[in-house]
Amino acid sequence: MSVAEKGVEQGEVGTRHTGSTATRPRAVSTRLLRSELGLIMGRRRNQMGMLVLAALPVVLAVAVKLTAPNREGHDAGDFLVQATANGLFVPLAALTLEMTLFLPMAIAMLSGDAIAGEANLGTLRYLLTVPVNRTRLLAVKYASLVIGALIGVTIVTVVGAVVGIALFGAGPMLTLSGVQIGVWSAVGRVALVALYCAAGIAALGAVGLFVSTLTEQPMAATVTVMIVTIVSWILLGVNQLAFLHPWLIVDHWMSFSDLFREPPLWSNLLQGLGQDLAYAVVFWLAAWARFTSKDITS
Amino acid sequence: MSPADLAVATSGLTKRFGTRAAVDGIDLAVPTGAVYGFLGPNGSGKTTTIRMLLGLIEPTAGSRTLLGQPMPAGAGETLPRVGSLVEGPAFHPYLSGRANLARLDAADRYADPWSARSRIDAALERVGLLAAAGKKYRAYSLGMRQRLAIGASLLMPRDLLVLDEPTNGLDPQGTREVRSLVGSLAADGATVLVSSHLLTEVEQVCTHLGVMSDGHLVAQGTVAEIRSGAVATIRLQTGELDAAATVLTGLGVTNVQRVGLEVHGLPGDLEPERIVAALVGAGVGVRGFVVDAPSLEDLFVTMTGEGFDVSG
Ligand SMILES: Nc1ncnc2c1ncn2[C@@H]1O[C@H](COP(=O)(O)OP(=O)(O)OP(=O)(O)O)[C@@H](O)[C@H]1O
Ligand SMILES: [Mg+2]
Repeated sequence: MSVAEKGVEQGEVGTRHTGSTATRPRAVSTRLLRSELGLIMGRRRNQMGMLVLAALPVVLAVAVKLTAPNREGHDAGDFLVQATANGLFVPLAALTLEMTLFLPMAIAMLSGDAIAGEANLGTLRYLLTVPVNRTRLLAVKYASLVIGALIGVTIVTVVGAVVGIALFGAGPMLTLSGVQIGVWSAVGRVALVALYCAAGIAALGAVGLFVSTLTEQPMAATVTVMIVTIVSWILLGVNQLAFLHPWLIVDHWMSFSDLFREPPLWSNLLQGLGQDLAYAVVFWLAAWARFTSKDITS
Repeated sequence: MSPADLAVATSGLTKRFGTRAAVDGIDLAVPTGAVYGFLGPNGSGKTTTIRMLLGLIEPTAGSRTLLGQPMPAGAGETLPRVGSLVEGPAFHPYLSGRANLARLDAADRYADPWSARSRIDAALERVGLLAAAGKKYRAYSLGMRQRLAIGASLLMPRDLLVLDEPTNGLDPQGTREVRSLVGSLAADGATVLVSSHLLTEVEQVCTHLGVMSDGHLVAQGTVAEIRSGAVATIRLQTGELDAAATVLTGLGVTNVQRVGLEVHGLPGDLEPERIVAALVGAGVGVRGFVVDAPSLEDLFVTMTGEGFDVSG
């Protein structure tokens, strides 16, 4: 019990308001967001998910270490091959792989829980009658998804960097343009890559939040988001559909390798961030339009 | 009664699902300070009404005010003063009872975080769950879940409690506790709207009743007003059926009928003593005389229909 808490009298329960003292709400409160994060991080399934996210870079690094790599005949863009020279390439290889499936899967699950999960449990009606304003609830839910995206990407990046450096060491990095950059500059760019990937996953989270307002089945929302992701990847791979590519959420997700040119190629990255932002705004507003007018019958 | 004296007031409140009206133009009037028993059989529209009151669903037509504020516009100011239980308990299964209450408290911008612990413990205490507070919700029995939901509605001081079937799943002891809890909340000055399909469960604590049947509010008023709607019948056993019927009709008894060896009728305001005296005075031998005043329960069944099948 904290010092401040000791001074508080036993709370009165179930009786009427006697004055106007208790009738002013706190203008800003982070309690709900913190509760939301506690709920996400405390859930066993999510903890398992984080383990899976963390396991992949470890498996990658160990596999590269064990198979005597042959640097000849490989594309310069292959981060994995570079890893033997510099452990900082491990998080990049891990992000490249996990951005295709595992990280989208993670955000798909979290967004399924966000609204559909609460509707399914029936806890949504009790949150709304507390009351939590519907717009505020959506904002808090989305903030927790963005933080969830950051946490997921950070796990992959940090575990990858630690394992990579442990197995292969770190040092000045040979960029894709053939110019060397210093080790701290390399670390800084890996951090930027993580933020860039988190932005993409957070944008997908907005899609997930919208889908989550459409159903009372969290699994249905999760599957829908996965289908959106997979179909986007497939369409992105079809060159004949190039006109469609700028509309795909995953269009520039892999552009982060442009950060490892010297100087970095910003144009694709900025376009990617623009697409993420557009997706986030459009789908958050769609979620808002849907959720604020919805009958809560669960 | 002016709207200002009503804790809950609705006007023409209607909710249609598809073409079927689940709630059909009801004018609810719950006076401030009342314990209002909201009665009706399964599917009669109680929960749907409560969802509209709390702003969870939008009515198809009509309006509602809660604590003098129109809903849903006034929800932000009004709902913090309203504790509610809607269609049974719902909590996160992997959190403990206490953690579930902490989550709801965290969501309330009016709640003081420093007193959260003591308020949560006090609420748990009040519903007798303090000892089981650390258990995961999924390990709770039905009655414990129900208690937790009632506890959640008591986290903050309330002016109005809207409790949808609070005794559902409770043992007789728990049912009694809820009744006394409702009584003590009312004694503290809160208005309580409690729904039930069992009249006997709420009859003892209610000051007012509203009866729903198939989406309509078929009766509403103080318990005494509702009871006065009960129509007594008399049953007379006699050897001289025709003479008795004539005397009764002459007295103003209506609906006089011969049923086997008895004569039945509706005495209205006539006192039984006068009827018997008149019969004896006219030389009709009275073998037996019974006044059947229907119980509130009978009345309830009459209003909502005898059938077992829900209307749908
Ligand atoms: N979401 C919905 N969609 C369609 N119909 C609904 C919905 N919710 C309720 N109904 C219908 O509205 C009617 C009233 O339901 P409601 O839940 O309000 O009854 P109730 O009085 O609370 O019954 P119970 O005593 O069983 O809880 C029922 O016929 C029900 O089928
Ligand atoms: Mg109901």
